[in-house]
Amino acid sequence: MNTKKIKGFWLFVILSIIVYFAVQMAANTGMINNYHVNTLVYICINIILAVSLHLVIGITGQFSIGHAGFLAVGAYISAIVTMKLSLPFPIALIIGGIVAALTGLIVGIPSLRLRGDYLAIATLGFAEIIRIIFLNIDAVGGAAGMQVTKMTTWTSAFICLFITVLVIVNFTNSRHGRACISIRENEIAADAMGINTTYYKVAAFAIGSFFAGIAGGLYAHNFYIIQPVQFGFLKSFDILIFVVLGGLGSLSGAVISAILLTIISTFLQSYPETRMIIYSAVLILVMLYRPQGLLGTKEITDLFKRKSVKGGS
Amino acid sequence: MENQPLLKVNQAGISFGGLKAVSGFDLEIHQGELIGLIGPNGAGKTTSFNLLTGVYVPTEGDIFLEGVRLNGLPPYQVTRKGISRTFQNIRLFNDLSVLDNVKVANHSRAKHSMLSSILRLPSHFNGEKEMEDKSIELLRIFQLEHVKGELAKNLPYGQQRRLEIARALAAGPKLLLLDEPAAGMNPQETHDLMELIRFIREKFDLTILLIEHDMNLVMGICERIYVLDHGQLIAEGLPEEIRSNPKVIEAYLGEEVSSDAQG
Repeated sequence: MNTKKIKGFWLFVILSIIVYFAVQMAANTGMINNYHVNTLVYICINIILAVSLHLVIGITGQFSIGHAGFLAVGAYISAIVTMKLSLPFPIALIIGGIVAALTGLIVGIPSLRLRGDYLAIATLGFAEIIRIIFLNIDAVGGAAGMQVTKMTTWTSAFICLFITVLVIVNFTNSRHGRACISIRENEIAADAMGINTTYYKVAAFAIGSFFAGIAGGLYAHNFYIIQPVQFGFLKSFDILIFVVLGGLGSLSGAVISAILLTIISTFLQSYPETRMIIYSAVLILVMLYRPQGLLGTKEITDLFKRKSVKGGS
Repeated sequence: MENQPLLKVNQAGISFGGLKAVSGFDLEIHQGELIGLIGPNGAGKTTSFNLLTGVYVPTEGDIFLEGVRLNGLPPYQVTRKGISRTFQNIRLFNDLSVLDNVKVANHSRAKHSMLSSILRLPSHFNGEKEMEDKSIELLRIFQLEHVKGELAKNLPYGQQRRLEIARALAAGPKLLLLDEPAAGMNPQETHDLMELIRFIREKFDLTILLIEHDMNLVMGICERIYVLDHGQLIAEGLPEEIRSNPKVIEAYLGEEVSSDAQG
């Protein structure tokens, strides 16, 4: 059992290294151009967002739809750190993540007392408050936005993605992750079994916010300019869609749907008139034919496991 | 100190608005006892369990476990102090495996920190190993080891009931509260359950308080019985005394019938 898990870990590491170098080589030899690399970076950012929200919604079962708020905090704080304080980019990313996590604590402690729809509305409200605050600070450009130098590279985006997935998988597969899942499954029973439900809800929320903040830092330094309008509730819904479409409770589902939807929406940019229609149609079709999401609650590794068990018996 | 009761409830009660769901509830349970709590539907049995486990905060009276006052503690802290429970309508973690259900209840007895789990430090592996070993041992006692990988929701009803008791034990209680453990079971299953309750009581040196509708089970294994009706204790005593107590008969069968029986 234990050795299997360790094997899985090294498989993940080796696969990541292969993907990283394959893209790096392709970019160096000119097989893929800058536009493609940019799309890949954007995919990395979206996966980080999807996976961090997966921890809150899919694992802990807290329906938060204000994730763009923490993305905004990470983006603005890290941009301030690099542009105004001239500190190095990695430090800016970490500071952005930490401030986003603190914001998550401040938002989470009062609002995680609420359940279901009420929590959703509260988090949506908080995200809008965060956006309006940035809109009204002249030092960060207000509505016109803030100029940011492009610093995000394939390497930095991929390293952040790797760390995010590793931390969230490790968290989930431990007693702490099980405590979070038990809250999702039955909060009253979790409480009765000695789980401090408030603590774990807030912890999951803060960890999710931290990585949303990291994604924000990457996002800000990828687009030359950040404006409050980019972090509206439509952005929150985009992230929510990754998680729901992939299957609530499935990390690999969230990753796959983040990849697919980013590719589809990038591809559709060439057809601006029909873009939203096709994108929406894809979502409707998936929800009609797979209401539990692409992978349901299963992980992609489960599919291989089942096969090998059958083969063995 | 030796004669101090494990659980002492002193005139506890709760009102919801103007409705007194339970009032003047007195209870004294000593180490090792097996006590029954019975009463007609809506008498306040589950409400009194919810008072004991911190789900409701009593609006009057006090609850002491080994002399420590429990009023106002949240349920998870009451569990850590040593009261754990099952539910009338089963509340398992449906989408978790049988093994993980028990592991969750082991949670508060494990020590490894969140950071050690994220960084996969040795303390994480040791802690998880210990949790797994303890949980499997419990499943073995409850004859659930062969289904440890199944999702809890896929178990047959009787096994779900057993799993819920196993999970409650994994939290390491001194006092175990069972809320209608035999609900929905056939006579054979009820009989097996009685044996199981007797067995775990010996094995884990437990004190048990159980709510039950099945009179055979209650009369068969409980040493003392408390009877609730309309939120009030109406009787307390040995099974034989309860069986012949006119107040109890009246509460269960109604006045008409009891006067018929006398006439």
